[in-house]
Amino acid sequence: MNQLSEGLLKNNPATVQLLGLCPLLAVSNTVVNAFGMAIATAITLILATALSAAIAPWVSKHTRIAVYVVLIAGLVSVIELLMQAYLPSLYLSLGLFLPLIVTNCIILGRIEAHATRNTIKNAAVNALGMSIGFGLILLVLGAVREFVGQASLFAGAGELLSMAAALEMQFEFTPALIALFPAGAFIVLAMIVALINWRQSGP
Amino acid sequence: MKALRNILDSIHPHVMPGGKHEKWYALYEAVDTGLYSPPETTGVAPHVRDGIDLKRVMGYVWMATFPLMFWACYNAGYQANSAMAQMGIESAAGWRGAFAGWFGYDHTSIFSNVWHGLWYFLPVYLTTFLVGGFIEVLFATVRGHEVNEGFFVTSILFSLTLPPTIPLPMVAIGIAFGVIIGKEVFGGTGKNFLNPALVGRAFLFFAYPAAMSGNAVWVAVDGYTGATALGAAMTGGIAAIAELGFSWSDAFLGFVPGSLGETSTLLILLSGAALMATGIASWRIVAGVMVGMVLTSSLFNLIGSDSNPMFAMPWYWHLVVGGFAFGMMFMATDPVTASHTNSGRIAYGVLIGIMVVLVRVVNPAFPEGMMLAILFANIWAPMIDYVVISRNTKRRMARTAATA
Repeated sequence: MNQLSEGLLKNNPATVQLLGLCPLLAVSNTVVNAFGMAIATAITLILATALSAAIAPWVSKHTRIAVYVVLIAGLVSVIELLMQAYLPSLYLSLGLFLPLIVTNCIILGRIEAHATRNTIKNAAVNALGMSIGFGLILLVLGAVREFVGQASLFAGAGELLSMAAALEMQFEFTPALIALFPAGAFIVLAMIVALINWRQSGP
Repeated sequence: MKALRNILDSIHPHVMPGGKHEKWYALYEAVDTGLYSPPETTGVAPHVRDGIDLKRVMGYVWMATFPLMFWACYNAGYQANSAMAQMGIESAAGWRGAFAGWFGYDHTSIFSNVWHGLWYFLPVYLTTFLVGGFIEVLFATVRGHEVNEGFFVTSILFSLTLPPTIPLPMVAIGIAFGVIIGKEVFGGTGKNFLNPALVGRAFLFFAYPAAMSGNAVWVAVDGYTGATALGAAMTGGIAAIAELGFSWSDAFLGFVPGSLGETSTLLILLSGAALMATGIASWRIVAGVMVGMVLTSSLFNLIGSDSNPMFAMPWYWHLVVGGFAFGMMFMATDPVTASHTNSGRIAYGVLIGIMVVLVRVVNPAFPEGMMLAILFANIWAPMIDYVVISRNTKRRMARTAATA
């Protein structure tokens, strides 16, 4: 259970380790994009950590980074092709940041810091926790930025899943464009981190 | 006056620690020391024998902006009344129509212009003051320290940099962002590394570009579009400014559309001269900005360009258009965010002068560069100080080594 909860708050990759900020800030401009990114990262992270935990005993210490990067790259390619085939609009809006999951430091970081020293099951459970923690922050960022920056929520959800079209909301106020810029992403993330630190340090 | 003092004294015990209203100490202190000299004196030597304090510094800057407030009202009214005469509009739109026309909409009457413009300037300033002041008092109360006079200056400078048509909710958001993110999160007055008034303005500029830039926001008449002198120069150089009907003296005296307080270069220079004479604004910073701007614009004049008319803009035009003069006198000289060493101040000023011309001339995205140039230099100010101080240390080390 500790393996799972570690990634939620205590060692959350986005707010405590501050890893993977590049995709976190770049594609969290809408809830739908954030959701797509969270799912893609989660699948890659769980499979990559489990596989690397399985092959760790046979990987040489000197070539391990290369081996793991090839492993991650293979997984990401599969996910990219699947998304291109079945979710083309999400594929287009995530753009370059989808193949860039290969270099997402959370994945290599978890393989190095955790997976290769643990059993396959622990590695996968820990990765699941990390994915949920990362995904939650992505979704919160996406929701705040989409609401403030374009006065909508879940825009484009219908293209992802036709049932979800009912979720799409549009509000009547002048949006503050800055929330869609990288600067706005940094400001919102900083506020989330500050809020969490403040809650944890007690009133 | 004695009665007022007695009332304040009778409240005093209740707001001290342990009193039943101790949470309100910050507000009590603000009123008390705003009306009377603070009773605290320095207990331990050495004493600086001068009456200057933060309150007086900020008070002077605030007073120096009075001519600009007047001009903000006059010119906002003048531009609006002129545009209304041109378009044949009878009355100001919206709720302002009920008040603004009491003295007519005659653009040749000073009184009519000031009264009309007052209904644009005053709501902006009041909103800034109430929202920002509330946040100041809130932070002071929670943190248990005094309300700081610095906010008087921040509020008026912020108001004067906004276009007259800015919607009031945006004013509130801008000043809230400026005070909280620009100042309070770093620990309050004296600890901020960016000018809070400019942080607020920059936030609005990037959050609501449609309300902060373009051609429709500078004259307070619905549907009227008119470029600022700088906006016109961006597309057609000096010739385009002349086509709009603005001469150099119009821009120098302030009869051009623009942000509320930035239009009259003459009044800004006079107010700035008064601030420099009292020693509150550093003349080194101002001189540095001028030198940097003149050198860089002259360099661009020499290089020349066939496709970019801004290359040919001479320095005396850079001086009178946009927010250059206002930024130089009131924003760049902010003692907290500028460099603190004398030679550092010159370098800091030159950096602003160079950056503002660079943004204006070679950056196609923004016509105005003063706000960005000053914020950029704010970030570099501590670095400049560091270099100045370590050079000084090295020089003195060499000197003592030689004599020892």
